[in-house]
Amino acid sequence: MSVVLNDVRGRPLLPSVVGYAADGSVEVGYSAEAKQSIDPKNTVISVKRFMGRGRHDIAHIETLPYDFVDADGMVKLKTIAGIKSPVEISAEILKTLRNRAEASLGGELTGVVITVPAYFDDAQRQATKDAARLAGLNVLRLLNEPTAAAIAYGLDNSAEGIYAVFDLGGGTFDISILRLSKGIFEVMATGGDSALGGDDFDHRIFCWIIEQAQLAPLSPQDARLLQMRAREAKEQLSQHGQVPITVKLGSGEYVDLVLTTEVFTEISRTLVQKTLASSKKALRDAGLTVADVRGVVMVGGSTRMPQVQHAVAELFKQEPLNNLDPEKVVALGAAIQANLLAGNRAAGDDWLLLDVIPLSLGLETMGGLVEKIIPRNSTIPIARAQEFTTFKDGQTAMVIQVVQGERELVSDCRSLARFELRRIPPMVAGAARIRVTFQVDADGLLSVTAREQTSGREAHIEVKPSYGLSDDEIAGMLKDSFSHAGDDAFRRALREAQVESQRLIEATHSALQDAAELLSTLERAHIDAAVTKLQTVMSGDDRRAIDGAMQALSAATNEFAARRMNQSVRRALAGRKIDQISP
Amino acid sequence: MTSFDLNFTADYFTLFGLPRAQALDLESLEKCFRAIQAQVHPDKHAHAADSDRRLAMQWATRVNEAFQTLKSPGKRARYLLALLGHDPQIESNTAMPTEFLVSQMELREAVMDARAAADETALDDVRSRLLNEIRVEYERLAALIDVAKDYTAATDLVRQLMFQEKLLNEIDDALEAVTA
Repeated sequence: MSVVLNDVRGRPLLPSVVGYAADGSVEVGYSAEAKQSIDPKNTVISVKRFMGRGRHDIAHIETLPYDFVDADGMVKLKTIAGIKSPVEISAEILKTLRNRAEASLGGELTGVVITVPAYFDDAQRQATKDAARLAGLNVLRLLNEPTAAAIAYGLDNSAEGIYAVFDLGGGTFDISILRLSKGIFEVMATGGDSALGGDDFDHRIFCWIIEQAQLAPLSPQDARLLQMRAREAKEQLSQHGQVPITVKLGSGEYVDLVLTTEVFTEISRTLVQKTLASSKKALRDAGLTVADVRGVVMVGGSTRMPQVQHAVAELFKQEPLNNLDPEKVVALGAAIQANLLAGNRAAGDDWLLLDVIPLSLGLETMGGLVEKIIPRNSTIPIARAQEFTTFKDGQTAMVIQVVQGERELVSDCRSLARFELRRIPPMVAGAARIRVTFQVDADGLLSVTAREQTSGREAHIEVKPSYGLSDDEIAGMLKDSFSHAGDDAFRRALREAQVESQRLIEATHSALQDAAELLSTLERAHIDAAVTKLQTVMSGDDRRAIDGAMQALSAATNEFAARRMNQSVRRALAGRKIDQISP
Repeated sequence: MTSFDLNFTADYFTLFGLPRAQALDLESLEKCFRAIQAQVHPDKHAHAADSDRRLAMQWATRVNEAFQTLKSPGKRARYLLALLGHDPQIESNTAMPTEFLVSQMELREAVMDARAAADETALDDVRSRLLNEIRVEYERLAALIDVAKDYTAATDLVRQLMFQEKLLNEIDDALEAVTA
């Protein structure tokens, strides 16, 4: 059974707080949290809210104590230790967790599953994956949080039927509708708001305090203090009907108020309303009504608020399910899935997870309108191809703008990337046929390829993400982090190549054991030779030779992989046919 | 072993081992889909070599696309008619019977009124009425394709159904606007 690993002091959670000091040292978690009102500028709370976000995307940015730096696409924060990207800040949290896991488990991690809000768009997912890369983690899968919760809940309770997972966290809200049946978790629809969470409820109380106490503009320290009091008041209201709020401000002035459940419910009504509207929309997208829903699993600390519990019960016409720790259930589900993805599966202990893309992908067309190419709630992985043509004689380049969102105007959607197709053979207008394929992988991440059809030539394609970090930036950050940690970048890269080689050899061996009959003697000899070659070079320190031998082995096994896949599909179908014939 | 050539480029009906027909046993489609996806899904190959993972993604993508196409009666009909050499000409042919257009305009007006009045119940009402009409028409479509083999009448009906499904989307948008 999976467990959540505690830190050295026996605490299971790690607060999402990163503190920077003048000497460049970094604190993560409880110790950083303790300094939040002393040094608010350099103590970053809930960095997840800034991942893959531009300045204008961040709610209540004016009340946040940070020095934001406008960067291309994603904001950056100016700290005493220098300008930090949310990706770097997030990587600090991941590194801390990595150290905890390696210390507890006693060894390097083979791979990790990182959970993200289901409603995270491509920019936010890419930023998360970049952070993992920066923390030196091999990401097996980005897993949607409500889906992870459904795995933990479903396996624990042998649940079958339609379930809703209502996940209200600190900064994000997700609602997912899943169909659970034996051996399968199928997401039918997902919805939510990637900028709605417990922090917004805190903010309503914060504003209420300012209004009630008629406070003048606050210093960053006072603002942080009030935010902490607001959060405490919210948490206490889950147990009590009313709470006193007393704060001594920097000026010596006192705030002394009482907040009741009734007032809190009233000032947060529109927030709760938003979660209900998203829930209804997800049900409609799934083609279902509340009567179809067998259970509503509550996830995320913010679902402890009584007004949220009541509203959910009223909408779904049933008491929500609170029997799993809302703060651990996602981590447990992720651990269970990671075990499966790492290939540790016992007989009968196997399931299939089918997830969806939360937001539609589209292209800019004439007049700034969006043409949807992949609709939201499509099961992933998914691909769509679209043909483009030139509109001028001799035109050799064109720009394609990819957006994500549900609105009709490009300006109302999130711009994901601009792709420039170049070196199109000069032809008369409309004669060139360029086929652009948009592929969304199992992590929900987009990639694009293009091909000019008439000449049969792959057109040159340049990816310019309008968010996130370029590969150069990441390489730079990696180099920085190595020099800080006193790590040897070269040896680390070599070590990674050796681990990867070992993995490739083992995978090849097991494939040969399973399906050697699919190969001719000559093909088999070719693969064996490539394995031997890789085994010879991998123990050395010539990184290029290792990479070359890995590529050669991959190339030698490509066709073999395709045949094995065909065979397994054929067998799966043959098995089905027998099932259908037998009574 | 099998009577069909199962490979990556097989048509969707062949892929799932189903007969080419508009009337389709959804349960057995789903079972086939899950059986294949259980073999090819990227999660089953997450620990494998790069080439296996790439292949898994391509297969899973194709199987998803095939399943989505066959599951939806509208997409299934368009795909099947195209396989049978009858392109429904969705883009170019917009001719539809007058009485159908009139009834659709009335429905559309009802939706616009309900949206303007923020009347969720009325929208739900129109939605279920339309859903019912669509269901009946799909039954008629299956008979036209599978039994009568009247592909010309079938393509006309497919175009009408697409019109109705577009209206259904508009109702969903209206519901979203009203409940937001």
